[in-house]
Amino acid sequence: MIILITGTRKGIGKAIAEHFLAHGDTVIGCSRTLPDWAENFSNYEHFTLDVSDEEKVLKMFGKIRKNYGGLDALINNAGIASMNHSLLTPIETVKNIFSTNTIGTFLFCREAAKIMRKKKFGRIVNFVTFAVPFKLEGEASYAASKAAIVSLTETLAREYADFGITVNAVAPPAIQTDLIRGVPEEKMNRLLQRQAIHRFGTFEDVINAIEFFLRKESDFVTGQVLYLGGV
Amino acid sequence: MKEINKIILEQIEDYNDFLETKMDTSAGNDTILFGRGGVIDSVDFVTLLLDIEQAVNDEYGTHIAISNSRAMSQKNSPFRTVGTLAEYIKNLLEE
Repeated sequence: MIILITGTRKGIGKAIAEHFLAHGDTVIGCSRTLPDWAENFSNYEHFTLDVSDEEKVLKMFGKIRKNYGGLDALINNAGIASMNHSLLTPIETVKNIFSTNTIGTFLFCREAAKIMRKKKFGRIVNFVTFAVPFKLEGEASYAASKAAIVSLTETLAREYADFGITVNAVAPPAIQTDLIRGVPEEKMNRLLQRQAIHRFGTFEDVINAIEFFLRKESDFVTGQVLYLGGV
Repeated sequence: MKEINKIILEQIEDYNDFLETKMDTSAGNDTILFGRGGVIDSVDFVTLLLDIEQAVNDEYGTHIAISNSRAMSQKNSPFRTVGTLAEYIKNLLEE
């Protein structure tokens, strides 16, 4: 498969990229700075860009179309968060969060679908969060930006169905990455208790869900959000 | 390089192969793409626009995206006819 993954420099994005690279897939990745591992794989190409920069994103998709002749899957992993009380959150922060998470996801879905439609096949996996159904205090703008992605996923699933493209989303459980670095341990433990399965998630949990959505046989699965850990 | 309206008309002819009710391009620039008097539905309209976008980008070596908030509007769409779409794309290329 030819798979485009956003936010591959570190964390879940890096783990997903390395997983598919190890399985022999061709992976195209992007992030704002170059990953230090990019040169380890001959089947990996990196684009250094901001996912909400339309001009650069259009150029990247133009190159993908020309150089690869198609695109099988898009994994919209890139995301930023800001843990803060809404009363103390600057508008600039809210704009940045929506720009990367929501607008970036929309832009990549739109451009990927343009390429995928040619082969009447495509798999898009977006990233949402348990912060939406849990309505977590301190994550108002982050959760709102991801709630918008739930809505996008459901609507785009319908708009792209005619082109053979499925659009789904995965909501990773709490995983010990940079995103939750500043959250107190007690708060994280309370959070885990709200899941059906009271443990931190792993990258493998997320990869397993993505692999399910990407399978050829999953062509009847679209517009769904998969909350890991039993949210 | 090919003129924009020529590219659009060529793409319509190509797309006609997939349509049961063909689009009649004899009116040239006045050929209606979408809306009253048009023969294609919204999915075909979107698909045709994307084919045109790709053909323009290939011909001119550009990376434009044909998008407009009034795209599906009956009255004010810049994509209503071959002529208005060609004009719209020319402006995009000059930006």
